[in-house]
Amino acid sequence: MKGFLTFLGVVAVVFVATWAYRVNYSTQEALSDVARLQRQIAKEREAIAVLRAEWAYLNRPGRLLALSEKHFGTLRLMPLSAENYSDPMKVIYPTPEDPLSMSEVINAAVLQALGESE
Amino acid sequence: MIRKPLRPIARVLRAREEGVDPAVIEAEARAARLRKQRKAERRKAASRLILLASVFFLSFGAVGWRMVVLATTPAAEPSGGGNYTRIVNQRADIVDRNGAILATNLVTFSLYARPQDMVDPVAAAEGLVRIFPDLEKERLLRWFTGARKFVWIKRKLSPEQKQAVYDLGEPGLRFGPRELRLYPNGRLAAHILGGTSFGEEGVYAAEVIGTAGVELEFDKFLRDPAEDGAPLELSIDLSVQAAMRRVLAGGMVMMQAKAASAVVMEVDTGRIVAMVSLPDFDPNDRPNPPVSGDPGDSPLFNRVAQGKYELGSTFKVLTAAQALETGLATPDTMIPTRGPLKWGKFTIRDYKNYGAQLSLEDVIVKSSNIGTANLAVEIGAEAQQAFLRNLGLLEALPVELREAGHSKPMFPAPKQWSELSTMTISYGHGIAVTPLHLAAAYATIANGGLRVRPTLLKNAPLPSEEERVVSEETSRQVLDMMRQVVVRGTASLGDVPGYQVGGKTGTADKPDPKGGYYEGKVLSTFASVFPTGDPKYVLVLSLDEPEIEMAGELRRTAGWTAVPVAAEVIRRIAPLLDVRPEYFDAPEETGTLTLTSN
Repeated sequence: MKGFLTFLGVVAVVFVATWAYRVNYSTQEALSDVARLQRQIAKEREAIAVLRAEWAYLNRPGRLLALSEKHFGTLRLMPLSAENYSDPMKVIYPTPEDPLSMSEVINAAVLQALGESE
Repeated sequence: MIRKPLRPIARVLRAREEGVDPAVIEAEARAARLRKQRKAERRKAASRLILLASVFFLSFGAVGWRMVVLATTPAAEPSGGGNYTRIVNQRADIVDRNGAILATNLVTFSLYARPQDMVDPVAAAEGLVRIFPDLEKERLLRWFTGARKFVWIKRKLSPEQKQAVYDLGEPGLRFGPRELRLYPNGRLAAHILGGTSFGEEGVYAAEVIGTAGVELEFDKFLRDPAEDGAPLELSIDLSVQAAMRRVLAGGMVMMQAKAASAVVMEVDTGRIVAMVSLPDFDPNDRPNPPVSGDPGDSPLFNRVAQGKYELGSTFKVLTAAQALETGLATPDTMIPTRGPLKWGKFTIRDYKNYGAQLSLEDVIVKSSNIGTANLAVEIGAEAQQAFLRNLGLLEALPVELREAGHSKPMFPAPKQWSELSTMTISYGHGIAVTPLHLAAAYATIANGGLRVRPTLLKNAPLPSEEERVVSEETSRQVLDMMRQVVVRGTASLGDVPGYQVGGKTGTADKPDPKGGYYEGKVLSTFASVFPTGDPKYVLVLSLDEPEIEMAGELRRTAGWTAVPVAAEVIRRIAPLLDVRPEYFDAPEETGTLTLTSN
């Protein structure tokens, strides 16, 4: 009986030791993984900052102006002015000769849709 | 275990034969057994003691060893937790109201030399001079061959320069990383942003500190790691700033002015949308402050927030507002304008004779000095002071620029604020304020009467009813008067179709530092509000010493110089600011919009 207990104890020790060993190593691996990822994130952040700076530099108003002048022939971009705005009331809507009631319009649309599906 | 008997039968029998007492044998055996038992117990106790001692020794030893290890190894950040602090830039970005970047950081490199590692100092010096023409070969050679072990050569390198230095193949030339403050828009908002320089410098890093503008004012915020890199949001609109700077620069050249400034502010909030002072500079390469000459002529000088000027007739609007507010006059009240007006040996003249009297509205529309001075006498010195103080014209600007904090307006001390001072101040002479002061005062009057404090922050607190300076009715009347100045007065060139511009011109003689005023040198200012029907923005534009040949005459007055430039500015920026234009009547038959049907 005692010998068996000792044997069980030895087995348990071996098992626990293996487990601790594995956990230890996988933890270390995970930590170095995290460190690597963090370095990578830092690098990406730096790259993003550079790209943002470049984006801001390329979109600086002076450059956009020069580009719009250079491509005036094709784009015809002009400074925004008051004439570019209009009153919605001024939009000319087509006035139907024979004003239809709403239900007639819907019926016509439904009939048309049915006709197309057939 | 086989126990040894106390009375071994063989020995007892033999003792009996020899006639010895067998009890002695038993006693001996008993004593021997006891000795043995004691010996075993002693050994057991000793081994327990040793075990205990070694356990204590090992555990204390482990703790001690751990302490030694901790004390001798460099500290490392804990890396096992899940919540990492972000790796942020040393200095946060600055963005405009729409999030466009005004200032950000780039990693660049500095160049230093370790002469003791150099293979060929002569070739290195020659190569460096080829790459950087501003370096002197003799000095470099002196450094490289001298006793110094460390020499800074360049603070900032561009990637191309770094590669060129790298290609020299000199192991004694080294690079250290540097965070470079980058202003992608160059000169565009130079005076607002200010600039930065390196503070504490090491080989592997350097502190970037603000030296002027918002970079200096918000230095702490920008460098605070607790803010987690949150950008500083300004009230500036980059596109408006760009459009205004372009028009102003063009106007400055056209009007042959030596300098120009302009500021656009929201009337309801005091937020500055654009602020330009010309000449300006590139904050990426901020020049050193001038050591000689007038600092006010330096490109570093912010004419909007730093420059104190007598702004002339633009102050008449304030006098009129006070007269209306105190009930002294209505827009139709007749004001005597017979001139010249004499006070002691001082004479106040008008541009031309306007007859015996004008209505208050016409005093503003025609810009009569005499009429305004007469009105100011009615108002009185103390009331005038109090009113100007309520408008914020007698204190340093609260705007977030360190430079502005030093520009306290110049005005007579309360004891010397005589009746004459009252008269001249009523039309903007004898008091010097910054254009930004004036913009804030106009905004206060235009927004319905609530005191406005200029700000550069996107999320600044709003003015409240607690600080009412004039009533809404006064505000409306003054706006109508300012509109009339443009419709039929001195600023008739300032009308922009659709935007109901209103304002007041000011042409002030420039003071000579030797005393008196210059002949033929003026500061032309146009302070305007648009649209007057529903005021949204204030624009104050100044030209320094403008001169233009127009309609067969040499013109300097604001109506011919500052006003047309301001009109062009409004024409360009109002659509960008989403100001709804007033639509022209009668719908056009040929609509520009076409709808397709069916």
